[in-house]
Amino acid sequence: MAHLFEKIQRYSTALQMTPLGIALLLFLIGPIIVILITSFWKFNGFLTIPDFTVRNYVKLFTSGLTLDNYLETIRIAAIVWITTTVLGFIIAYYLVFDVLSLKAKMLLFLLCVVPFWTSGVIRMIAWIPFLGKEGVINRVLMSIGITDEPLEFLLFSEFAVILSYVHVFTLFMVAPLFNTMARIDPALIEAARDNGAKGWQILLHVIIPLCKPGIAIGTIFVLSLTLSDFTAVRLLSGANVGTVALSISNQIGSYNFAYSSANSLFLLIVLLLIVGGIMRLVDVRKQL
Amino acid sequence: MSVGRMKRSNWFYFRTVIFYAFLLFLYGPIAVMGVLSFQGETGGLTFPMRGASVHWFADVFNPSYIGDFRWPWGRSVILALIIMFLTMTISFLAGLAFRKGFRGNTFFFYLVVASLIAPSILISLGIGRMFTSLEMQSAWWSGALGAHLTWTLPFGVLIMLAIFSRFDPRTEEAARDLGATTWQTLKSVIIPITLPGLVGVALFGFTLSYDEYARTSQVSGEYNTLPLELVSVTGTASTPALYAIGTMTTIFSLLVIGISFLSLFIIQKRRSGASIGIKES
Repeated sequence: MAHLFEKIQRYSTALQMTPLGIALLLFLIGPIIVILITSFWKFNGFLTIPDFTVRNYVKLFTSGLTLDNYLETIRIAAIVWITTTVLGFIIAYYLVFDVLSLKAKMLLFLLCVVPFWTSGVIRMIAWIPFLGKEGVINRVLMSIGITDEPLEFLLFSEFAVILSYVHVFTLFMVAPLFNTMARIDPALIEAARDNGAKGWQILLHVIIPLCKPGIAIGTIFVLSLTLSDFTAVRLLSGANVGTVALSISNQIGSYNFAYSSANSLFLLIVLLLIVGGIMRLVDVRKQL
Repeated sequence: MSVGRMKRSNWFYFRTVIFYAFLLFLYGPIAVMGVLSFQGETGGLTFPMRGASVHWFADVFNPSYIGDFRWPWGRSVILALIIMFLTMTISFLAGLAFRKGFRGNTFFFYLVVASLIAPSILISLGIGRMFTSLEMQSAWWSGALGAHLTWTLPFGVLIMLAIFSRFDPRTEEAARDLGATTWQTLKSVIIPITLPGLVGVALFGFTLSYDEYARTSQVSGEYNTLPLELVSVTGTASTPALYAIGTMTTIFSLLVIGISFLSLFIIQKRRSGASIGIKES
């Protein structure tokens, strides 16, 4: 009887995992396999034709455009990562250590994360009236006499793209950092102070090391979102920025599915290596 | 608390300024867009306001307008509701399994993480190609549905993992010892305890699907969802109607968020009430 019960229990685990397994098999593993196969096909200028050629990969790894795209993407990602990490850290620190009332803490934290549940596309579009030639910022700058002419680099530029990434992705850093920082035992900080540590020493030797898991999770989010985004680049760069994901999207637009498959598969591998490296350093699962 | 007190003079004020400046940065653009959506009939995409009107809101509902947003909006809402229910169900069941632990759970965990970080363009292209190779036409309710699941399920599963890691298995054992069947334990113990988490999963499932653009881009088929329609008219339709629809969809999102938090609040309230006197379920 007990044996039978055990069998049903084991069976029930399999049943409970089946829907997730089917969903990921159909819509994650399936598409990746299709992409892998297509990346060996050839494109004759009109159609993508079944074949077995490594031409797409040769082109990918010898094209100067690939290198340019990756350098630009990595530069943008680095700026966005540093900005969101510093900003996210200060915000989380303020919420955890400076705001004393629990109610105010939760309310202010919610204010920081609510935009996550609203449309990213809209939040990108919302920058247009702000940054444009006749936008809010230029009007203010000109009316108080800081500049005579409108600044053109604000909109349809790399600046606009980076600004929008910081705008949309900072909360991916704030939330995990808030989570890990709130778990720091105040006794540790007291102990450091009792032992004569100065404010910056406490920050450097106690708080930051304990925040590493939060920074790691935030980094995974910020990097994977920045490296694979093409929406902000399409809406706000005005064709002045060439990132990896945008060029993949453009290749799809010209129906070159074979080359874009090779290109996106390589991007996936780059991302998996980055995230795998981070997960080796920090046990993400422990943070849940 | 004591950390702040020591340096209240300068660093504390620095952090306070940064924090509120960030809130301004976070909400400023959307607020400006909200104001501009009431632009007068002759006004343009930026300031100055030439009077105030609801002309551009009416324009959104005008079928002759370049982008008729009504149908895309309806599709997005229906899709988001389906995604919400699927994400809740699939994540809850997976959470039950992960809680007990099973062979291969690490593999599944990494698969979920992979789904989270996989480039949206790859998912979209892959699903699109998959449909093509099966000689089928992807649509918003088929291919896009799958694409959205790859984005909402990781959030759902990770939330359920977090919820179940705080779940005391003794409550369930107690229910069993008192003679509850597996079904009764599920219905009267596990689901009520994990309900706040499930509301969270529902919120993520609905909003992430409702707002998803990149993963939908190659698989929506003939009919656009709302984010696709928005991006497609951004370049062409240069009227404040774009802001009007932006304002409306943001208000709709805020309503959904509000409803979620209201239900969390009610659950919490009931729970604290239930702990005083024992209520029947």
